[in-house]
Amino acid sequence: MSTTRPAINVRRLVAIARKETYQIFRDPSTLLVAFVLPIVLLFLFAYAVSLDTRNVRIGVVLEADSESAQSLAAAFSGSRYFSVTPARDRREVEPLVIAGKLRGYVVIPQDFASRLQRGQTNALVQIVTDGTQPNTATFVANYAKGVVSNWAATQIPGAASSITLQPRFWFNPEMESRRALIPGALSIIMTIIGTLLTALVVAREWERGTMEGIFSTPATVLEILLGKLLPYFCLGLAAISVSALLAVGVFGVPLRGSVLTLLLLASVFLIPALGQGLLISTIARNQFIAAQLALISGFLPAFLLSGFLFEIRSMPRAIQIITYVVPARYFNAGLQTVFLAGDVWPLLLPSMGAMLLIGAVLFVLVVRKTRKSMEV
Amino acid sequence: MHAKLIRLRAQIIKELLCLLRDPKSRAIMIGPPLIQLLLFSFAITLEVKNVDVALLNHDTGGAAIELVQQIDSSALVKRIRVAGSERELAEMIDTQQVLAGVVIPETFSRDIAQGKSGTAQVIIDGRKANAGQIALGYLQTITGNVATTLRPASGGELATVRNWFNPNLIYRWYVVPSLAGIIVTLVALMVTALSIARERELGTFDQLLVSPCTPTEIIVAKAIPAFFVGTVLASVMMGAAVFLFGVPFTGSFGLLFGCLMLFILSLVGIGLMISSICSTQQQAILGTFAVAVPAIIMSGFATPVENMPVALQWLAECIPLKHFLIILQGSFLKALPPADVFANAWPMAAIAAVTLTLATLFVRSKLQ
Repeated sequence: MSTTRPAINVRRLVAIARKETYQIFRDPSTLLVAFVLPIVLLFLFAYAVSLDTRNVRIGVVLEADSESAQSLAAAFSGSRYFSVTPARDRREVEPLVIAGKLRGYVVIPQDFASRLQRGQTNALVQIVTDGTQPNTATFVANYAKGVVSNWAATQIPGAASSITLQPRFWFNPEMESRRALIPGALSIIMTIIGTLLTALVVAREWERGTMEGIFSTPATVLEILLGKLLPYFCLGLAAISVSALLAVGVFGVPLRGSVLTLLLLASVFLIPALGQGLLISTIARNQFIAAQLALISGFLPAFLLSGFLFEIRSMPRAIQIITYVVPARYFNAGLQTVFLAGDVWPLLLPSMGAMLLIGAVLFVLVVRKTRKSMEV
Repeated sequence: MHAKLIRLRAQIIKELLCLLRDPKSRAIMIGPPLIQLLLFSFAITLEVKNVDVALLNHDTGGAAIELVQQIDSSALVKRIRVAGSERELAEMIDTQQVLAGVVIPETFSRDIAQGKSGTAQVIIDGRKANAGQIALGYLQTITGNVATTLRPASGGELATVRNWFNPNLIYRWYVVPSLAGIIVTLVALMVTALSIARERELGTFDQLLVSPCTPTEIIVAKAIPAFFVGTVLASVMMGAAVFLFGVPFTGSFGLLFGCLMLFILSLVGIGLMISSICSTQQQAILGTFAVAVPAIIMSGFATPVENMPVALQWLAECIPLKHFLIILQGSFLKALPPADVFANAWPMAAIAAVTLTLATLFVRSKLQ
């Protein structure tokens, strides 16, 4: 090994980077994944993935016709959270729940009016939810209870609760899920570009044997690796800039932190992401295996273990420990903060530190693996 | 006719060998998917528990103490962190040390004692849209209970809730079967998408085209190994759901298995269609990605399809996973009647027919 040479020769580095850039622009699939897929994903996270439960389809079974029962049924129809299918008998709505056409139903029983008059308000109505989708079931139960107690507060004297809880949502006063999801989606997009794309491209060189060709040139391992990564680093920053512009301009997500912080955060995240991609390709040396590994170790953890959809602190302890080595975990928290809260350095600095650390470990592994394979 | 069958058999054997010969690719098709099922089944939970909550209490009365105790003892909260000032509370939320903060004003207990309504404020971290809303729901239930204990005259719970099919809302019963569907989607698409593209990249596809094989034969031979791998993988995962995760299975196994085969056939069709357009493996992999990720997002797994805009709901009809998830969840928990199974099975058959035909046509067009 030629360890006496200076580590990096800029001319050679630029040459390798230029070759890699040509390769990116020559293949339409790279650009598809770098620019079209992010737009599609942003669009889907803005419109398709909505955690704001509105107009959930439920049945309201009105077993009796008293005035009070009808006013409660009307309260359900008037709620913006529900879209109501009226019925007279629960047997009408049960098959619809089984078929998944309704997410639950509310029964206003026959003795509703008489019990209301006698003041027996305990378990006055029954709410049945479709438990197969626990999240929707919880929303149905909570909002249906809300409709009943709001109705009761106006109808039954003394029914008003002695405690009122006044919720305030910081950073996202209307609690639009879009505002929280789109920054998270950016971390998935960056994982796809940083890890999957890099893993594939470098694995292809190994698979085709052109990697040996590059190694036989005077370029050092460090130059080759950096030269390969530089274009993807720029591609990643370009993709996040376009995505952030779309998020702010089209989807109405505020950017409360500074643009510079956002770019810094993205640059820091790209270090472990690219390192992971390189490591995968060095281990796999085959595009199919590299793609599967990138999917398993990069994309799915970014999606499921980053705290973007699922709360990390509610996961079992063992899985919480795994999340500490998922770079997307830190990136996601950082992005949500930069977009919605601002430049909160006490949160951002430790996140960046963690990503840098993971990145450093990955790069050490990559350089070792590559050196060894050259000597063989 | 006989010669045709022999030719087809030879091709199928060749495809199976291509797919299963390399020990690394064999391992990667079966091992990681099962590990994912195990790992992610525990990770994916929309329950919110063990979070830290900040408390800023200006009130020393009994009602406030009761409220704080109830919050502290609930499963939602791991630790209550007492804040001395508004600023300290804001800092804890800013740095995500806590998910929510509860502010109890000075007049809280006095208002309740006087028969008025005591108002407490809850500040939720809006960066965590989902967890925040769920936590708020729990906090509302807790305050409701406290309100009833403080003033029993108000008559207790007005409404009772029953969760049909899954009384304790065990999240795993939902996640494990659905996750099996998602993982199979990814594997089956990837395997088939690569099949033609790999031959293209290596140049062996031209040899195939100059052989006596017809385009239909090529497609059938390429479809079968992926179909086989997908079916085995899905069956293993469903077995794991029942025997390992204890998800109850109430429906018809025969019907589910039939639908599973239709589901995989439709995936194979989509994969082959992608593969027949692409000329390199990289294009095939990225193309699969560009199709699979939106499809999974829109399948109704993360959020119900009916929450989406109507145009996207129509688009979701073209996603096999959307239909299969309904059949899966229904067969496991709801004893889904055959009529409802068929209502969701025929769209998958239609998708399979269309995509396999298109893939054959694309291959034929390459012949000329």
